[in-house]
Amino acid sequence: MSIQVERPAEEKHPKEKLLRMDRIPHIWCPTCGLGTTVTAMASALEQLELDLNNVAVVSGIGCTGRVAGYMKLDSFHTTHGRAIPFALGLQIARPDMKVIVFSGDGDLISIGGNHFIHTARRNVDITVICVNNFIYAMTGGQVAPTTPITARTATSPFGNYEHPFNLPLLAASSGAVYVARWTALHIRRLTTAIKEAITKKGFSFVEVVAPCSTLYARLNKLGTGLDLMRFYHDNSVIKHGADVREVDVDYQSKIVVGKFLDIEKPTYIDCVNDGNKRVFGDKYKPYGGNHGDN
Amino acid sequence: MPRVTTHRLLSSLMNVSTATSAKCFALILPYFACGSRKVRRRYQLKASSDNVLTGSHYLDGNHAAAEGAIAAGCKFFAGYPITPSTEIAERVSRRFPLIGGIFIQMEDELASMGAILGASWGGVKSMSCTSGPGFSLMMENFGLGIMLETPCVLVNVQRGGPSTGLPTLPGQADMMQARWGSHGDYEVIALAPVSPQESFELAIHAFNLSEKYRMPILIMTDECVGHMTEKVVIPPPEEIELVERRYTDKPAGKAWPFELTDDLISPMLPVGKGYKFHITGLTHDERGYPIINAEAQEKNVRRLIDKVNKHVDEIIWIEEKDVEDADIVIMAYGISARVMQPAITKARKEGIKVGQIKMVTVWPFPEKRVRELADKVKALIMVEMNYGQVFLELDRCAAGKCRTYLAGHAGGTVHDPENIYNTIKEAAK
Ligand SMILES: Cc1ncc(C[n+]2csc(CCOP(=O)(O)OP(=O)(O)O)c2C)c(N)n1
Ligand code: SF4
Ligand SMILES: [Mg+2]
Repeated sequence: MSIQVERPAEEKHPKEKLLRMDRIPHIWCPTCGLGTTVTAMASALEQLELDLNNVAVVSGIGCTGRVAGYMKLDSFHTTHGRAIPFALGLQIARPDMKVIVFSGDGDLISIGGNHFIHTARRNVDITVICVNNFIYAMTGGQVAPTTPITARTATSPFGNYEHPFNLPLLAASSGAVYVARWTALHIRRLTTAIKEAITKKGFSFVEVVAPCSTLYARLNKLGTGLDLMRFYHDNSVIKHGADVREVDVDYQSKIVVGKFLDIEKPTYIDCVNDGNKRVFGDKYKPYGGNHGDN
Repeated sequence: MPRVTTHRLLSSLMNVSTATSAKCFALILPYFACGSRKVRRRYQLKASSDNVLTGSHYLDGNHAAAEGAIAAGCKFFAGYPITPSTEIAERVSRRFPLIGGIFIQMEDELASMGAILGASWGGVKSMSCTSGPGFSLMMENFGLGIMLETPCVLVNVQRGGPSTGLPTLPGQADMMQARWGSHGDYEVIALAPVSPQESFELAIHAFNLSEKYRMPILIMTDECVGHMTEKVVIPPPEEIELVERRYTDKPAGKAWPFELTDDLISPMLPVGKGYKFHITGLTHDERGYPIINAEAQEKNVRRLIDKVNKHVDEIIWIEEKDVEDADIVIMAYGISARVMQPAITKARKEGIKVGQIKMVTVWPFPEKRVRELADKVKALIMVEMNYGQVFLELDRCAAGKCRTYLAGHAGGTVHDPENIYNTIKEAAK
């Protein structure tokens, strides 16, 4: 599905530092929203001026799941739905590292839904970026727990009848400390949100509404990815601090975007350390992973 | 036929009089008593920067396995409660705060297995424990562990199955699931302790194997060993040999996570050190990059299999007794290797030349040895608490050269030694 473009040898990709150039061209379709989302993530990492050795990305399975394979970071492509528990283990083993989960709506919210809510509940210090294209793209466009009512997919050929999840509400009510939603069109704001999420201590969540041109757009006769970007342009409503109970996404209607939640709460590790210090006093040997001397 | 209760049978096997066990229980009770005040006092008494509880203890197999893991340097444990494995998690959760480890009770077994893989890549020795239903849930990420070649240890304290089966009673019917439970082709290493002492020792051995061969290792124990309480001698730390993780000595840019080496075991790459490596559960090349074709599949899967096969002589650990001049050789693993003792003694007293093999490693199966024996003996017997799982391997390797017998049953209790004796008699005909 990818197109190889001839370029002069000296021309460098602007995000070369953060991409595995030996794996480009990627497998994603033209006008897929994943490209701009990955660009936003790369820009966020550049702007944060982090030590990139200390950033890891973990993905599950899906078109979005392939992100781990293209980022030039310690990167882990795991199993469908299980990126979050893998990331939890990695983050607890290496509390000094920034662990970012980058995966799809089906992966994180359907098969991985239980891990999502429990890891948010514990406030484990990871960032979860969920690319919501309202569909299971990798497997050919089946219905997802995010598919809006009436949207057509390969397995809801007469239009989806089920109520979808409202992801910011799910994240916030499960215990996340940072919740934002942007579309793949809002590159600058999305970049800022990813920066804030990575910097935030605790479970931070960014939903990225993004076009799946090949399946969601085609099955619903919505045009190309570009047409969906135009739709986002005309229909996104920025409402920072919006009540997350009111940010449902209906089929081809207004999309409320913005930073909905940004609160402070002790992280999982902080709670474990504080609890054990209370019980054991000086005898407690705080858990700090191996501090990088592996 | 009277039902032989596990407890009575075992005290007779172990030659422990009821009085002695009662005395031991009295000694051990304060240690295990619950209630927060006592727990605290216990920790003050036991507090030590040392992970290894050197000395003689009276422990059940599950507690002993936990101590073995701690002695091996395990510092991350993720699990989900399930009878009869829970004591491992409980002990670890009490011990870890004082030795710098972290215990986390996950939302399910899918997550537990995923978390120990992540922790292992983070550079920490990690483990989980479970039983039948949880083992089924772990199989997908167990396969990921095999594919990512991730050192870690998983204990299955087997109970009766299928499904919820017999939560509190022993079984040995997950042996083929251990071998083939995750999809695809691969090799596994599975150990089976016969006692709490061995539970301790094999936990250390399992961590060592996992680091050496860079793969998840299974301890396939059972409810009986897990819940039987016996003397466990924990040696001083300097007598415990540990295999530490082998990391690449190549610089970033020159090292790959699945580098081809002569011994087929690639050194690992550390996270956070600038290697910026990629690993995937997809079929991959040396670089860890996905390659979706038959040629890459051949190389990838072949190496996973050969990695174990090439070292099979070092890995296989079986203990033989009276095999040299035997007409009949009886094999077993885990609790069944103990339960068969009275049957063997009785048969030998009657002049039947029975030799025995205790399989400490069940997988890989000691194929070479069984083929040799099949040429020499009249019959081979497998004793296991299932209706013929490891027996299938024995039968395959015997290849019609000698008769083969299964002393099996569905689990829920250990074998009645009398039934094993009858199988020996039958084989001796
Ligand atoms: C256990 C398991 N079940 C099913 C699949 C097949 N599968 C692969 S990707 C996918 C859905 C991906 O959807 P999503 O997470 O939304 O990612 P997208 O492709 O839309 O980016 C499914 C069902 C799988 N790989 N593993
Ligand atoms: S199928 Fe959809 S989500 Fe997948 S790469 Fe193509 S456009 Fe993107
Ligand atoms: Mg999707």
